[in-house]
Amino acid sequence: GAGQDVGRSCILVSIAGKNVMLDCGMHMGYNDDRRFPDFSYITQNGRLTDFLDCVIISHFHLDHCGALPYFSEMVGYDGPIYMTHPTKAICPILLEDYRKITVDKKGETNFFTSQMIKDCMKKVVAVHLHQTVQVDEELEIKAYYAGHVLGAAMFQIKVGCESVVYTGDYNMTPDRHLGAAWIDKCRPDLLITESTYATTIRDSKRCRERDFLKKVHETVERGGKVLIPVFALGRAQELCILLETFWERMNLKAPIYFSTGLTEKANHYYKLFITWTNQKIRKTFVQRNMFEFKHIKAFDRAFADNPGPMVVFATPGMLHAGQSLQIFRKWAGNEKNMVIMPGYCVQGTVGHKILSGQRKLEMEGRQILEVKMQVEYMSFSAHADAKGIMQLIRQAEPRNVLLVHGEAKKMEFLKQKIEQEFHVSCFMPANGETTTILTNPCIPVDISLGLLKRETAIGPLPDAKKPKLMHGSLLMKDNSFRLVSPEQALKELGLAEHQLRFTCRVHIQDPRKEHETGLRVYNHLKGILKDYSVQHLPDGSITVESILIQATAHSEDQGTKVLLVSWTYQDEELGSYLTSLLKKGLPQSTP
Amino acid sequence: MAAHLKKRVYEEFTKVVQQQHEDLSTKKLRLTKPSKSAALHVDLCKATSPADALQYLLQFARKPVEVESVEGVVRILLEHYYKENDASVRLKIASLLGLLSKTAGFSPDCIMDDAINTLQNEKSHQVLAQLLDTLLVIGTKLPENPSVRMRLVEVACKHLTDSSHGVRNKCLQLIGCLGPVEKGVSKEAESQAAKDVQKIIGDHFNDQDPRVRTAAIKAMLQLHERGLKLQQAIYSQACKLLADDYEQVRSAAVQLIWVLSQLYPESIVPIPSSNEEIRLVDDAFGKICHMVSDGSWVVRVQAAKLLGSMQQVSSHFLEQTLDKKLMSDLRRKRTAHERAKELYSSGEFSSGRKWGDDAPKEEIDTGAVNLIESGACGAFVHGLEDEMYEVRIAAVEALCMLAQSSPSFAEKCLDFLVDMFNDEIEEVRLQSIHTMRKISHNITLREDQLDTVLAVLEDSSRDIREALHELLCCTNVSTKEGIHLALVELLKNLTKYPTDRESIWKCLKFLGSRHPTLVLPLVPELLSTHPFFDTPEPDMDDPAYIAVLVLIFNAAKSCPTMPALFSDHTFRHYAYLRDSLSHLVPPLRLPGRKLVSSTVSPSITPHEDPSQQFLHQSLERVYNFQHLDPQGIQELLEFTIRDLQRLGELQSELAGMADFTATYLQCQLLLIKALQEKLWNVAAPLYLKQNALASAAAKQILEETYKMEFMYSGVEGRQVVIIHHMRLQAKALQLIVTARTTRGVEPLFGMCEKFLQEVDSFQRCFISELPHMQGSFVDKLLDLMPRLVTSKPSEVVKILQTTLRQSTFLHLPLPEQLHRATANIIEPTGESDNPLRFTSGLVVALDVDATLEHVQDPQGTVKVQVLYPDGQAQLIHPKPADFRNPGPGRHRLITQVYLSHTAWTEPCQIEVRLLLAYNSNRSKASTRIPKSTWSENLEALPPSENGIEGTIPFSKPVKVYIMPKPARR
Repeated sequence: GAGQDVGRSCILVSIAGKNVMLDCGMHMGYNDDRRFPDFSYITQNGRLTDFLDCVIISHFHLDHCGALPYFSEMVGYDGPIYMTHPTKAICPILLEDYRKITVDKKGETNFFTSQMIKDCMKKVVAVHLHQTVQVDEELEIKAYYAGHVLGAAMFQIKVGCESVVYTGDYNMTPDRHLGAAWIDKCRPDLLITESTYATTIRDSKRCRERDFLKKVHETVERGGKVLIPVFALGRAQELCILLETFWERMNLKAPIYFSTGLTEKANHYYKLFITWTNQKIRKTFVQRNMFEFKHIKAFDRAFADNPGPMVVFATPGMLHAGQSLQIFRKWAGNEKNMVIMPGYCVQGTVGHKILSGQRKLEMEGRQILEVKMQVEYMSFSAHADAKGIMQLIRQAEPRNVLLVHGEAKKMEFLKQKIEQEFHVSCFMPANGETTTILTNPCIPVDISLGLLKRETAIGPLPDAKKPKLMHGSLLMKDNSFRLVSPEQALKELGLAEHQLRFTCRVHIQDPRKEHETGLRVYNHLKGILKDYSVQHLPDGSITVESILIQATAHSEDQGTKVLLVSWTYQDEELGSYLTSLLKKGLPQSTP
Repeated sequence: MAAHLKKRVYEEFTKVVQQQHEDLSTKKLRLTKPSKSAALHVDLCKATSPADALQYLLQFARKPVEVESVEGVVRILLEHYYKENDASVRLKIASLLGLLSKTAGFSPDCIMDDAINTLQNEKSHQVLAQLLDTLLVIGTKLPENPSVRMRLVEVACKHLTDSSHGVRNKCLQLIGCLGPVEKGVSKEAESQAAKDVQKIIGDHFNDQDPRVRTAAIKAMLQLHERGLKLQQAIYSQACKLLADDYEQVRSAAVQLIWVLSQLYPESIVPIPSSNEEIRLVDDAFGKICHMVSDGSWVVRVQAAKLLGSMQQVSSHFLEQTLDKKLMSDLRRKRTAHERAKELYSSGEFSSGRKWGDDAPKEEIDTGAVNLIESGACGAFVHGLEDEMYEVRIAAVEALCMLAQSSPSFAEKCLDFLVDMFNDEIEEVRLQSIHTMRKISHNITLREDQLDTVLAVLEDSSRDIREALHELLCCTNVSTKEGIHLALVELLKNLTKYPTDRESIWKCLKFLGSRHPTLVLPLVPELLSTHPFFDTPEPDMDDPAYIAVLVLIFNAAKSCPTMPALFSDHTFRHYAYLRDSLSHLVPPLRLPGRKLVSSTVSPSITPHEDPSQQFLHQSLERVYNFQHLDPQGIQELLEFTIRDLQRLGELQSELAGMADFTATYLQCQLLLIKALQEKLWNVAAPLYLKQNALASAAAKQILEETYKMEFMYSGVEGRQVVIIHHMRLQAKALQLIVTARTTRGVEPLFGMCEKFLQEVDSFQRCFISELPHMQGSFVDKLLDLMPRLVTSKPSEVVKILQTTLRQSTFLHLPLPEQLHRATANIIEPTGESDNPLRFTSGLVVALDVDATLEHVQDPQGTVKVQVLYPDGQAQLIHPKPADFRNPGPGRHRLITQVYLSHTAWTEPCQIEVRLLLAYNSNRSKASTRIPKSTWSENLEALPPSENGIEGTIPFSKPVKVYIMPKPARR
């Protein structure tokens, strides 16, 4: 799922022989079998548990966890499921709510039951931020903060030195209750990122907030009522915090209500998981927990008819049913009132109709509702925009990027941008497609300490950025690699040592005598190779470290001297350098 | 034998410990000297295990060592160092060496060789690092010795190849702190040791350990701070470090880049991957901007801060920082700011917003969109939206600094600043309001911006509101609707928070005087006048009405046509307000009326010179009165005092000076009156009366001198002398009076003794000033001192009396600037008739709000006094946090005073006033006595002179009606 598509997130990753499933979501657009991922991709026969090493859930939105009970209880999976603590707490509430709507309201059968949700939750292992969890001996996972909603996390999956980062949904700009996503420079082999807003760069959130507050404030001052239809979790809390602080700051007295039920329960969890919120809430919670609202009270049906200004948060967010629609009906006739839609509305809902400017609505029972109240739209979205995605890529420095959770056309654009800016390859597989990414796995080799110390002592200090040449023998024995000194290798293998020498003749035009030529060569080398010990031996030969150079006259032509250069294979580097140096000839200046 | 000797020394040491409790300071110093090192030696020899030795050393480190014995101690430590096998003990010794060489007055060059020698054979990296640290301390103690530094740098270079990061760290630090700064000072030293310090340090930019990399950059910055001009070549190296994995490296690298951009702003660097070239400062600016979206907030703060100080950057780069191209589904979208601007310029206001109002318009070419710009794009947009408020504050500060230097940028950043007014953290809001005020001379607010700004007026935080008022004081508004809007919002603010009254009036005063032409068309509406009908006269005490009038009158000052629009009662109200709130209402030229102050108003044409001249002339006259008869002198003084006081009222800038001199003359006048010969010669019955007069005069002079000394800011040493001299005279007078009234000689002895002591201490304190005081009281007294000491009290008194009479009047030189400390209690107002009721035994909090001017160190000196009707007085020290500093020389005290009392039968008034506490010990005179450095000695000293502590009331008392009720059972 989620390949070139939004909803039903479900990604399979095979990394170094380990299989990991990332998210297990449902699709909001379908009511048939397509709403859940097709788990037959994993295996046709046999239990899933044998094929999957673990399942990771990034956050509690249903398009990321909606299919979990179905997957674990109905299809059958008994392995570990990893999620963060807040997700584990809130997820069952949402699942239960989802089940109720599908089974009780729509009357579907063959759906998971409450008991299944409970059983499924028993398989969940909760993780902390930045905690490295060892799934088994080789596979380890680690969660990073992702913003988006309470408890949302990005996961790093690591086997040996290969790693994958899965972002889930994330937000790079902080909002009123959550911070921004953050990841360290972990340089994964692959970054799987969402790309909901691949082609959007958003305006500053401040303007949006200010507009929102101004609208609410003005309406309240006029004595009007404000209705804000929201979904229970996520945005509702952000807007609550926003209004709460504004009320506090401006000393306003008008009451704010939120609809009971789900929101109340969710607020309870928000109060508990203070560490997952933003800086301001974290710092001030010693004085007061920001989620213990002073001005916001629970809503009762009877309050809707109260005179005077008020602000009400009501579910659901698209005005298609339930409390928010009831209140909307009551208030729609008064032009002093206002409804603010804080999110996207699906076609066909009342919310969509009024946003597109319809002023007369046909309700059930053929009655016509005239909308006189003001209708406002405010977008409060918590996904990273194109810039945010790029910023995350820059932070993590992956070697490959894979885009999911977005529309194909938009992904295309982002893909092109990523390849252009970062010079890394970028993939965007469709559902059911498999992308294979080649990695350069590094193989750890044991080295004997003595050798390491000896080798590092030679030459300049080791440098982290540059590879260092070392001499040693690689021993592959019993499925392990060891780097040992040549002597030790010989001893272990029981071999005798052989010497290998390279010799090379260089012809030089020099009419002078042999030893004079030798002297010139000596002076020349001495001038160039300041850091090496260059010696002139009494027999006329020259040594540079262990390299021997001898000058002899050419047998035929006395004007040509032959330089014999000889070196052992250990000194290959220096030796070839010297030869090339001598081939260039001697300087013509005075000796 | 030796052991025996050591034991004796040790015993001696223990004895000394006992003696320390006695106050024999001189002896103690001498005795501790040998024993200190010896004791240490004994301790170390006794130590059986390294742990023991460590314990001894730790104990030893807790006590200070005298300068004389440092060297000895160091020798013993070194001796032990060579013998010690345990690394931890050697480490402690090394750190002790550093500690000891820090001792003030000790020159460590004698131990340097030894310290360097210890380095040679050291194996432990930790100890090595600590030794290098010690060398660093030694090196910094010897700044005047280039050869020593050279040697140390050489040592450091040698150890740079060490495999431990700690050692390399210290080496780099040492090179950074001690490396040669000027080139060519000592040629030969240059060539052999520090070939090129910069190169050595630069090589370590690529060290494998991030800590060493950081140390290298820091060392480079250290060299820069010490005045070495860094080479431009480092720039490219530093740029690479910006991509380092470690935040401390990046943070330091950002600093280094900033330094280089300040050094070589104009040099040209190539842009990689294209053949264009740009100025270095622009390139650096772009790079630092990039760091504003770094992963670590420490780096982000650093980057945001530094951006502010890069003023040479070209404007085109600067404006990019606020640019963030919006798009939605690949189509260009306008920002909310742009939309607001358009809405405004099209003359349309708040159309009913529709869904899709911000629908994206034109298609964007996909190729042209740059998602990660190499340049400065949107740096501030990101910075201002950052998660951490530290970053946001830094960004706002940077914005402020850049906007101050570039008007066009100021105009552009306005929208963003206005947005920051809604930040969730109060500090950030406050900071952005202050920023806005600082750049307000460059900008004019659009109406929609003003709207947002004014919305903040409802903030419940007083600081925010007041900052906003300050901001409005100096804002330019473009339209008359803007003014109207501002007025309406301010009045709303006034009804919501009545305590803001003063601040709002002040704000409207400036708003009016800045925009007379914009106010003019609003006048009929504001005054609700009507061409045909008489409207009812508004209530004169209504703060809102006063606010409107303040706005109008200030606008009318530079708009002569405006008074024609006033109705009759407006003129009456003007006259009233001009008197009651003269600081807010300017003098107006009103038709058919005389100007209220007939003289030319000082604020219109400041006559500084003539009035100053007058001041000096009148003083001159006074100082030459010697030849006048006593009666004449008195009259002259009286007149001059009157003149000066009046002058102070008229000329606010001379008020401090005039008051100061007037007080001085007053003292002199009192002295002369008290010394009148007639009075002293009268018979005993009348004696009582003159006695009362003279003692009262003496008392008053004393009080006045304290006022002169502590209430004025800008008083210099010469004035202090004269003030003290006057005080001495008053004390002499007191002595004379007591001598005449008391019978018996016994008590007089003590008083004379005390007086002579005071003369003595005066002489000690002001010995340098004495030559200026020819013919003065003290001068004569000091001449007679040998006689005074030996003579009887009655004689002393007689001498004093004659000297007092004969002594000349000292000329009081005036300092450049002299300001009198004033305080004004704004709240409580003292007008309320409703008593504050509370249950007796419990407390009630009274909000006190006062402005203080020209008070030095208000946190330490200003106190609140509450006087209850039964004479009980309560002194409250406000918390330091209660003082705010809105401007130079001005302070604001906002505090709460807790009142409590037993039950009363009916409400009664208490008085609240502010006091200025003083302590003559803390006075300017006593700072000249050098304080001893050793704390032990200070304790031993007897309290030198009884510091006379007292308080001067410096604000008008305010009465508060309170009523403690008996507790109900």
